[in-house]
Order: sequence, then C-alpha cells, then structure tokens
Amino acid sequence: MLSVRNLTKVYEGGVVALRDVSFDVPDGQFLAIIGLSGSGKSTLLRCINRLIEPTSGQVLWNDIDVTAAPQDELRQIRRRIGMVFQHFNLVHRSSVLTNVLAGRLGYVSPAWSLLNRFPREDIDKAMKELDRVGIADKARMRADELSGGQQQRVGVARAMMQDPDLILADEPVASLDPVLAHSIMQYLEKINQEDHVSVLCSLHFLDLVHRYADRAIALNEGRVVFDGLPQEIDDARFKEIYGKEAERVG
Amino acid sequence: MKPSTGNPWRRLARSIGLVAALLLALVIYAYGFEVTQVDLEETRSETRQTQLVRILRAIAQPEIIEFPQSQQSIDAPFFMPCPPTPWQLHEPNPRQPYLLVTPNCTEPGGRAEVRGFNFEPGSRGNVFLIPPSQVTLRLSEMSVDREGNFSVNVQLPERSSDQVQTIRAIVQQNTGTPRFTRTAHDTWDKIIETVFLALLATTLSTIIAVPLSFLAARNLMKGIRSSLLAISVSLLAIPVGVVLGNAVARFAGLWGPRLATSMPMNVAGVVVAPFVVWAAARWALPAVEPSRPPLAVRLARPAALAAAAVVGIFGIVFLAKLLLEAGTRMAASMGDLAFLGHFIFNLGEILEIGLGLGTALAGAGIASSLSGRLVRTLTPRLPAGALRLVEILAAAAAGALLLVGIGATVEWLYRIGNPVATLYVPAAVGALIGLAMGVRFGGRDTLPVGLVIYAIARTVFNGLRSIEALIMVIVFAVWVGIGPFAGVLALSLHSVAALAKLYSEQVESILPGPLEAITATGATRMQTIVYAVVPQIIPPYISFTMYRWDINVRMSTIIGFAGGGGIGFLLQQNINLLNYRAASAQMLAIAIVVAAMDYISSALRERVV
Repeated sequence: MLSVRNLTKVYEGGVVALRDVSFDVPDGQFLAIIGLSGSGKSTLLRCINRLIEPTSGQVLWNDIDVTAAPQDELRQIRRRIGMVFQHFNLVHRSSVLTNVLAGRLGYVSPAWSLLNRFPREDIDKAMKELDRVGIADKARMRADELSGGQQQRVGVARAMMQDPDLILADEPVASLDPVLAHSIMQYLEKINQEDHVSVLCSLHFLDLVHRYADRAIALNEGRVVFDGLPQEIDDARFKEIYGKEAERVG
Repeated sequence: MKPSTGNPWRRLARSIGLVAALLLALVIYAYGFEVTQVDLEETRSETRQTQLVRILRAIAQPEIIEFPQSQQSIDAPFFMPCPPTPWQLHEPNPRQPYLLVTPNCTEPGGRAEVRGFNFEPGSRGNVFLIPPSQVTLRLSEMSVDREGNFSVNVQLPERSSDQVQTIRAIVQQNTGTPRFTRTAHDTWDKIIETVFLALLATTLSTIIAVPLSFLAARNLMKGIRSSLLAISVSLLAIPVGVVLGNAVARFAGLWGPRLATSMPMNVAGVVVAPFVVWAAARWALPAVEPSRPPLAVRLARPAALAAAAVVGIFGIVFLAKLLLEAGTRMAASMGDLAFLGHFIFNLGEILEIGLGLGTALAGAGIASSLSGRLVRTLTPRLPAGALRLVEILAAAAAGALLLVGIGATVEWLYRIGNPVATLYVPAAVGALIGLAMGVRFGGRDTLPVGLVIYAIARTVFNGLRSIEALIMVIVFAVWVGIGPFAGVLALSLHSVAALAKLYSEQVESILPGPLEAITATGATRMQTIVYAVVPQIIPPYISFTMYRWDINVRMSTIIGFAGGGGIGFLLQQNINLLNYRAASAQMLAIAIVVAAMDYISSALRERVV
C-alpha cells in the first residue's frame, strides 16, 4: 500500500508544482494520473521515489517512510519501484541487454557490477523479460538502433528486472503512435494483472484511462481536483480538470 | 525591444551614447597602437629590408640536402700601388684555368677587371684579394658562363704594399649524388623525440584527468550532501588512512624481497597473488545476497578484503622486483632492442615509487569512506543528544586539522619558524570555526559537500590551466634536469588541468534521462556513473584526447625553448646562432608533423566516434 500525505513541492525560484496532495493506492491497483502539461504529474511520480526531493509531506510505502529514509535505505526502497519514462531514458550506446540488466543494479554487488559482471541468473532473467515483451532477438543490438516502440519495451523490461511491487510510469506512451501506445499499455496491464504489481501511470488520452485504469486522479496546478472511477469523468468533470476552453479529442 | 520612437530625449541620449562609445573605441585603439609601439617608419628602413630579404631567402632554402662539393682555386699576382718598373705576366697555358687582371696594377682603392678562363662551366664562386698579411678580403661574387669564362669588375680596398699581392678566384661546384645534411639528421632525431614526448604527455594526462573530471562536473556533484559529522569524521580519517597505507607499503617493501629470494619464487608470487585476491574478493563480495548473513560472516568479510589488499600489495612488490630484474637482463642482452629492457626496468621503478604513494592515497580514500559510512549507519541508532555533542566535537577537531594543515604548508613555504602563528593559532581558529559550524549546521545531510568539492576542483584546474606548460617546464627542468622528460611532466600537468575541464563539461552536457533512470533502479552513485554516464561520454572523451595530442605536439615543438627537450631546443639554438637555413629545416619539420597529426587525428576521430 502506497500512501501519499500532504505532499508539497516548491521548486527553487518559487514555482509550486504540488500543493498538499494526498491519496492512497491499495496493492494491485492500476491508477491513472491525468491533468494538463505542467499540472505536476511528473513531479508527483518523481517525489514518490525521491528522484525529486519533496518540500514537505510524506510518502509511506508498506509503512516505511520513504521521505525520511537515509540514502542506503532509499536505494533498498527504489529497487522495488520500477520506473518507465516518456522518453524511454535508455543508455543509447549500450546494448539492449545491458540496459535491461541495469534494472538489477540495486540487487547485485556494487563492486562486481562496476566491471559489468552480472550473475548468470540475472542474464537469464533479462532474456526472459525481453522475450516477454517480444524483442529477445534484439538483445545484442545497440539501444539507439531500436524503434521508439521497441525502446519503450526495453524500458518496461528494465523496470521488470527490479522485481517491482510498484511501477511508476511517466507518460509511457506519449511519444508513441496509437497502435504502439496500446501495445505498451497492454504490457503494463498484464504486469498489473498477472504479477499483481501496482501501477501509477500518468496519461494524456482519456480513452486510454477508460480502457486500462481502475481509478483516476486528476491534477490541476498541483492540486488534486478529481479522485474516482474513470467512468465518472463526464463533460462537466472534464471541464473542471482541463479548463473551460478544453474540448475532448479522444 | 521596441524602438523608442516616441521619446525624442531617449533617442538623443542613445545617439550621444553611441558617439561616446565610438570615441571610447578610438581612444582604446590609439592607446593600443602606443603601447604596442606600432612604428611604420621601421618597415621602410632600407637596412632592415635588406636584412629581411636575406633572412627570408635563407628560410626559403631549408638546409636538408647537400651535394659533395669540389673546389677550384686559381691565383693571379697583383701590385698595388704599381711598381716603378712595369712587369709582365708569363703567358698562361690556354688549356688550364687561368685569371687575367686588367690592369695588373692600380693605385690603392682603384678598380680592375678580373676575367677567368677555362673554369668549370655553370659553377659559382667568389673573387678575393689576399694581401701579404694573408687575410682574405672578398671582392665580388661571380658565376661562370657556359663556355667556362667569367668577368667581374671589382673595387679594390685601400691596401697598399710594395710586395706582390694575390687575386684569387674560388669556385665551388656540386659533384656526385645529393645527401642529407647533418642538420637534417639532427632534425629527424628531434622531431621523433617531439612526437613521442607529446604521446607520453597525452597518455599520462588522460589517465589522471578522467577520474578527476567527474569531480568537476556539476550535475554529478550537486546532489551529494552529507552531515557535518560524516564530513568531519571522514576528514579526520584521512591522515590515519595515509599513515596506515604507508605502513603497509613499507611492510611489504621490507618483507617482499625477503620472501622472494630467487627468480622462480618471484614469478610464483606474481602468479599466485592475483588468484588469492580474486578468490578473496569473490567470497567477500557476493554477487547477490538473498538474505542478511550471520554476524561472523559479516565481520569476516572486511577482514578477508583487508588481507586480500595486503596480498595484492605484496604481489605488486614482487612484480616490481621481477620487472627490475627482467629489465636489467634484457637491456644487457638484447643489443639494439635494449630500450625495451630499459622500459621494463622503468615500469618496475614506477611501480616501486608509485606503490607508496598509491597505498597512502588508497588508504586515505578507504579510511575516509569507511568512516563516513560507519557514521551514516550509526547515526539513526544513537541518542540525538550524544550525537549532537559528538558532532560538534568532531567538527571542531576536523576544523583544527584543516587549518593546521594549511599552517604547516605556510610554514614549509615561508619558513616563518613561529609555532604560535602557524600551529597554535590556526588550531584554535579551526576548532572555533568547526565548533560554530557544528552548532549552526547540525543534523543530517545538510551540507552540499559535493558542490564544495566541485568548486575546489574547478578552481585548481583553472589555476593550473592558466599557467602555460612553457612556464611549468622551468620548474620541472630544475627537478629532473633539462631534457624531454621535464617536457613530458610539464605538458602532462598542464594537459591534466585542460583535459579535466573539457571532460567535465562533457559530463555536464550528457542527457539527464538515463542518469535518472539508473538512479531510479536503486543503483549506487558509482554504478550510476558507470552505467549512465560513461557510455555517453566515451566518444567526446576520445575526441578531446586526440585534440589534446594535437595541441601537445604543437606545444612540444616549442617547449624546448624553456629546456623541455624536443625539436624546440634545436630551433632555438639555430635562431640564436643566426643559422636561419637550419632553423628553416626545423620549422619545415614542425609544419609537416603538425599537419600530419591533424590529418591522422581527424581521420581516427571520424572512425571512432
């Protein structure tokens, strides 16, 4: 269970990205986070694993206070939280396999991993995860030789290498065409349903929210303006979330 | 910006400003002409122009190839002034070369026509007057025509004598096949020295600059924060680590040679040590740890690693001894390839010298990081009040240590000889500062220690970079003697600073995405650097290293001016001796090498990057 309490983030320079955000995520839920660009979705996701330090408030995960954890403990927490990014964030010049194996860095011995040595089981696991997303044959290629959709599958495989209990997906399909978007979302759905991994996923398109999410949270200027079932977002709610001039496209 | 058409006063003010700026520029350039002593009168001076032409002509004929020369020297008698009784020359043999001077006597300072016959066609030479004092006075240049004759009209000097004087024509002429001059041989030797000087300096500086560059990269360093307690304890642990590391190195240096008394023993030591280290490391650093092991194992592991480190140091001592031994034997037996033996001997010596320094540094690093980690582990488990007290005391001690260190440096440099000023007062002031910081910045992870290290590294690099290698070499020439080795050290030091800065800017411009992604997997800082940073910076690092090699080749051509060896030494000598043709040969060699390096490095860069 993930519990976000009164989370506030003020950037240097005074920009308020999150204002007093609170919500709970039960284990195994697929939660969509929606809102305009700049509404604080990315900041919220990054505050959960402290890639961005929150200014105040708490993140509790299985009753551990993430916001108060010292560095060593924070790494133990991070290795159970997989993350998928809008721009995939692969290391371009490394091979696909190395990119996937990087998901194990929180588990393996730091000294050996610096020499690029991973245990046999990890390599097997990496091949299995690549097989699961359908690109096992690309393992030895350089990451930047892959197409966008393939790169995001590598990103999903990397997150799965962490044996995560939670996946944070920051607009995972915003850089992909609709067909690829559905295929990536289906992988996330499968992970959510088969492996019982909670998923927090920020999304732009409401049809994706309706199709995949159990629940949706909407942010507007850093505030939670909606928290409920995706089906409850009707036209009135839509205007509340996206502003009066907004029109639905999907 | 909007045009300020609406307000005439502002337009006027802008016009006045513009005129003032133009006037200011005029004054600045006028002063520039004054201080740089621009003097166009000099450029028109006739003597200077002749000198310039002479030098340019010399430079245009680099002294590279010469012919073996044969010389013809023919004399004719001459009187100045004319003797009282006229005299007649013997009839010359018309098949032999001979000179005809008309008239055959003049008043001192008169003119005469010197004609030569049957000389080697096409040769060139000079006509001289040799008075009875036997000095040689050059009268004129001449060149022999196709028939073998020449004719020059000469002005004679005021050298009167009642004895016979001599008019002599000497012509030189190229014979046989051309050959390289002595200058060409010297230039070749030195240009090879120059290229390798640059290569060694670049290699050495790259090895040192790569790790340092991470310290000067803002994006990597800004996230590193630490508690005052951890910083203080780490600082205090540094001298302890230095002493410990040094002691281990000495121990190994003392006992290593006693253990390995013969060559086979030595070889066995070199072979066995890495295996022991490997096995110990494999055991003590398990690849994955499913569950927390029992206390005994957790305690045994650091002990095993320490033992492995000692074995490893012994291994290095053995290796150094082996290299010294093998190098000596190879140098004695390999003839022309003796330099390989010298190289191996030198490697052994570098290991021996580097071991003490290396272990001291490693000791400092390990002690400081271990104690920092110990503090971080213990912090949450100790009562807050006691922790605060320890923190303040440790900060005071660390502050005192830092300032005492600075005081000792000042004492060493200036020999003040006053312990109150260089020891007691700094210790007290440092302790007070530490105390104040302890009270003010207590608590965890508050101090941006990463940014402090970043700022220090940047400052040091910028300082070192601003001192040209040409100046550094003066210090190194004092230390290791004038020659290419001093040049290598000076160029290396300068290149370390320059490369570290260039490299760190590359680290700062990497894509932040992969860094974020690897951090999110729970990787340590080192893992993040190896997996997210290193793959991104390899191409620019290679390209900057090559660029630096290029610069170093150019620098090493002039580093000899200040005693750094290489071709610059030869060039400077020849310029000072006004031997412009030889200097020209060296300038040509430099031009060729620099152009070739430029071509090669850009070709390599294209292939690698």
